This record gives sequence, structure tokens and C-alpha cells, in this order.
Amino acid sequence: MASQPNGTSTDWPGRYYHIDQVLNTPGPRTDPAFLAGDGVKTFLRNQAKILVIGAGGLGCEILANLALTGFKDIHVIDMDTIDISNLNRQFLFRQKDVGQPKATVAAEFIMKRVPGVKVTPYFGKIQDKDDDYYLQFNLIICGLDSVEARRWMNATLVNLVDPENPESLKPMIDGGTEGFKGQARVILPTITSCYECSLDMLNKPTAFPICTIANTPRLPEHCIEWASVLEWPRVHGDKKMDTDDPDHIGWLYKIAAARAAEFKIEGVTWSLTQGVVKNIIPAIASTNAIIAAACCNEAFKIATSSAAYLNNYFMLIGTDGIYSYTFEHEKRDDCPVCGGEALEMTISSEMTIEQLIETLVEKQDIQIKKPSLSTPTKQIYLQAPPQLEKATRPNLEKKVSELVPPGGEVTVTATTLPFSLSLRISYST
Amino acid sequence: MIKIWSMKKNEEAAAKRKPKTSAAQIRVQKDLTELDLPSTMQTNFPDPADLLNFTLTITPDEGMYKGGAFKFSFAINTNYPHDPPKVKCAQTIYHPNVDLEGNVCLNILREDWKPVLNLNSVMVGLQYLFLEPNADDPLNKEAALEMSKNRDQFLQNVKMSMRGGNIKGVQYDSVLVR
Ligand SMILES: [Zn+2]
Repeated sequence: MASQPNGTSTDWPGRYYHIDQVLNTPGPRTDPAFLAGDGVKTFLRNQAKILVIGAGGLGCEILANLALTGFKDIHVIDMDTIDISNLNRQFLFRQKDVGQPKATVAAEFIMKRVPGVKVTPYFGKIQDKDDDYYLQFNLIICGLDSVEARRWMNATLVNLVDPENPESLKPMIDGGTEGFKGQARVILPTITSCYECSLDMLNKPTAFPICTIANTPRLPEHCIEWASVLEWPRVHGDKKMDTDDPDHIGWLYKIAAARAAEFKIEGVTWSLTQGVVKNIIPAIASTNAIIAAACCNEAFKIATSSAAYLNNYFMLIGTDGIYSYTFEHEKRDDCPVCGGEALEMTISSEMTIEQLIETLVEKQDIQIKKPSLSTPTKQIYLQAPPQLEKATRPNLEKKVSELVPPGGEVTVTATTLPFSLSLRISYST
Repeated sequence: MIKIWSMKKNEEAAAKRKPKTSAAQIRVQKDLTELDLPSTMQTNFPDPADLLNFTLTITPDEGMYKGGAFKFSFAINTNYPHDPPKVKCAQTIYHPNVDLEGNVCLNILREDWKPVLNLNSVMVGLQYLFLEPNADDPLNKEAALEMSKNRDQFLQNVKMSMRGGNIKGVQYDSVLVR
């Protein structure tokens, strides 16, 4: 059964009629490597393993699209549980599911609705999983609302790339929406521009000048920020504000409302308070649907080679009519994740840190002056500021092998490097 | 699957494997080791192994705040440089752009922060506040009002506050360089 190109016994009649129009014959835009017919169908339906990150507004759409285009081995990660406010757009969830993990409920829903598809949920964080976990997938689609999670995922996939193992390069398709705006992009780690390369293109969450908040509030948002930025730390000291705690939101609302009354400002509500402190931009179901469709279209094209895939950034602006734009975002040499150089170094286990630094400085092919070195967990030697130089100076006399395990990584930064250099150290003796 | 790897082979760039050091961590290391500070600014790391939490002391050598040593705490989170560093004044000081809780009104710490800015830009910006306090962006309204209305009184208040004086019922910290 594993090699039935036209599906399994659980597929209903005509399930692949439309998709097979694309997969049975090559078209003018197909990749030269495209082999129309059974081979590609078998790959898509019996072999391809795809990971979806996020089972929220985008994730629900993505899961449904993938299942219906014929991906059959889908995994999904989400750390959240279902909130009643999700139900208007996260259509895999019902009232009875409130409080349940999104990943689990979404997986069950898809499996019930689309027989023959296996969705494996994981209720937890992406950071819980190691390299071996991510290595099992052919493709990864992100439908996340957090910059931090995307940065982590992007860096992890760039790190995963092993020149000795072609399979280790996992295409990442990243979707994101903000109200009526959205974007979809294809990231081929180490080949194309990565998420970190474009960090400065991100829309900043609206922040108001702190003196406006303090002195001349005009908007309800100013009052809410006054409560959260100035009053919370003043009253509660070091106690951290938890934006998921209704008591905390309630306190902020009360303070903001009093401030608004004092300045005769209208519009401070409980939900606006929550929206401002959690930086919630209204999620629009149709934007999610368009972006999810764009992402799944790319996944399908990459998995099957049936058409050229996106190179590499698609933007949708739906605020005034519909406008979309596609361009190639360029890889940056000074990107801390995918830029810079990597160097394999085999050294004697007797070599000291000072000797390693001299070796680096003398290397002709990389122009390094005054390098600072660290491992992922500690500083080895920092050239500045003076206090840190002094604190790390005793390491100069130590052997590299005391501080870096075989195969361990050392990050080198220097003013003369665009960003950083990474060394992988092995020992000859 | 599209043979992405065969495409890769055509690329000039050699395949790279980067360390697991986070982008934020590398960026902070780069920012700190490349700080180019005048002698009027000094960093201090309570725990030299922790690069994300430290203080900066500014000792202006000109202007009305000359003779004082002003201490700021820096806290950098793992989403740096997407998020700006969190900076607070560690003392109660009399300054139009710093409130009594230590909040600082500096545009690049909030609304104008961009990932291309770095710790050096923030520190230089902070020092500038002591050379050119700005009464138009007040956080300490009393001080700002005094500064625009009665400059001589303001200068006297600055001197008094720096000695640890009390102005209109507010006790300020002594910040004089010993
Ligand atoms: Zn990059």
C-alpha cells in the first residue's frame, strides 16, 4: 500500500482529480527535474513529511490546505490552548474545545474530516525539540505571530545545514499577517536571505514617546501605556506583569480608565487594554486565508517541482483595495545567522587560547584584527570593555581543549569582520 | 522534491555551519567589544559572565551636570536587537527628561529604536541628555518648567540636587564624583 501513487483505500473517489491535472503532465513552468506521473504522486502522498508551526489563525488554514492538496504526513506544533476569542477565525475549533491544546484539537479535526491524512500534534514549544526532530521533515511551514519564535526557528534551520548531507537543508516557508497586511516567503537556509537578514524590515509595534504618555495623553492608548509602562513598575516594583493574567489586565484597565477620565479621553476598554499591552493587531480571517494559501502553494510546488517556486518574498497589502508585490530579498553578508564565515580548524590539544588568537590574526584569507571569542555558553576572551577584557584575560593561558569540547563551536567577532566568524574546533592529538 | 542541493553546488559561497550561539548573544558581544566610549562613560558588569545586564556611568566633563556621576542600568532581552535595551537611571536625579522612577525620555529607546542602532548609539544618546537637557520632552515636569521659565533657578536646583539636596519636597540622590 505504501507505493500506491493514486492514494490509499481511504481516499474517496475523485479526490485527486484536480490535483492530478497538474501532476500528470509537465507544463511550461515546470522545473526540468519534474517527473510527471506516479513518482511525484508517491512522493507527495506517501513520503513527504511536513511540519507546520503554529495552529492558530494561519495554522488552521495551512493544515486544511495541506491535507486537501494531498500531503498525508503532517506534524503540527503549538504551545497555546484555545481561547473563546479564537473561534471566529480558527475554524478547526468549537466552543467545546475552549481550554484544550490547539495542536491536538486541530490534528483530530483534520484527521476526522480528511480520511487517510495523519496529523501528529505536539503541544509545547518549538524550543523543546532538537536537531534530530527537525531533520525528519522535508519542509517546514511557519504560521507564527511571534518574532522571537521565528528568529529561533530560522536560526535552527540555518544551523541544521550540513554540507556533507544535502537532506539537511530544509526549506522554510514563512507566513505572517497583521490586520489586512501579510507576507509569505520562501527561505532556503544558507542559500537565500533568511528571516534574520530582513529583521530591520519588520513593522515596529507602535510605541508612543514616553514623555507624551507622561504629560500630554490624547489617545486611550496613551492612558493604557501610562498604566503599563510607568505605573505598573512604580507600584509593583520588580513584580513582572503577566499579560495573560486577568487580574493584571484588570488592574491596568482600572488605572488607565482613571487616567482617561482625568484627561477627558474616551475609549479605554478592557479589551483595548488587553490589546495594547499584548500588542494585538486585529486578526483578519481573509488575510489569513490568502497568506496560508500562498504558503501551501509554495509547499506544493517545492515538494513536487511542478512549477517555479517563489523567489523569495511576497507582500500583500489589503488596506486600500488589494495590492501585492513580489521581490527578491537579498541575503546580507553581515547577517548574524546566515552571513559571515565558517571555518573548520584542527589544532593541537596543547594549543592555548592566546596561540589560537595569534593563528587567527595571521590567517591571510580572513582579515581579523583584535578578535573576541566565545562559546555558546561562555565568554573565552573579550577585547573590550576593559573590565571584561580583564575578567577573561586568565583564559589566554588556558588550553583551548579545556574550554571547547571536540567538535565544539567558537564565535569570533571583530570590527574587521562584517558580522562574525564561526570556528568548529577539532583536535589532532 | 526540488533538488535544492544541486542548486547550492552552483553557488559560490561555501556551505556554512554556524554555532548555536543566539543571534542576540553574538550581536551583544559585537556591540560591547566594539564600544567606542569617551572617558566620560564607563560600563560595569556586576557578573562579567552575564553580558545582558550591566550599568553605565556617565560623568559629564562639561555643561550643567559636570561633577556628577550618573548611573544607568541596562537590561537586554533575547529578542535584541528587535527589541531595544531597557535602560533606567539607577538614581533619583533632577533632570527634565528623567522621572523620579528612573524612566528616561530618549526617542531611540522607544519609538525610534531600529535594529541597525546599537549599544554605542544608546550610550551616546544618554550622554547627550546631560549636555543638552530638553524641556520640550519633559518627564520631570517641575524641572522642565523651571528650566524654560527660570534658567538661573534651574541651574541652582541642578547643583543642589547633585549634592543630595531636597527640592520641593523631593529628596535627590547625591551624585557628586568623589
Ligand atoms: Zn540571514
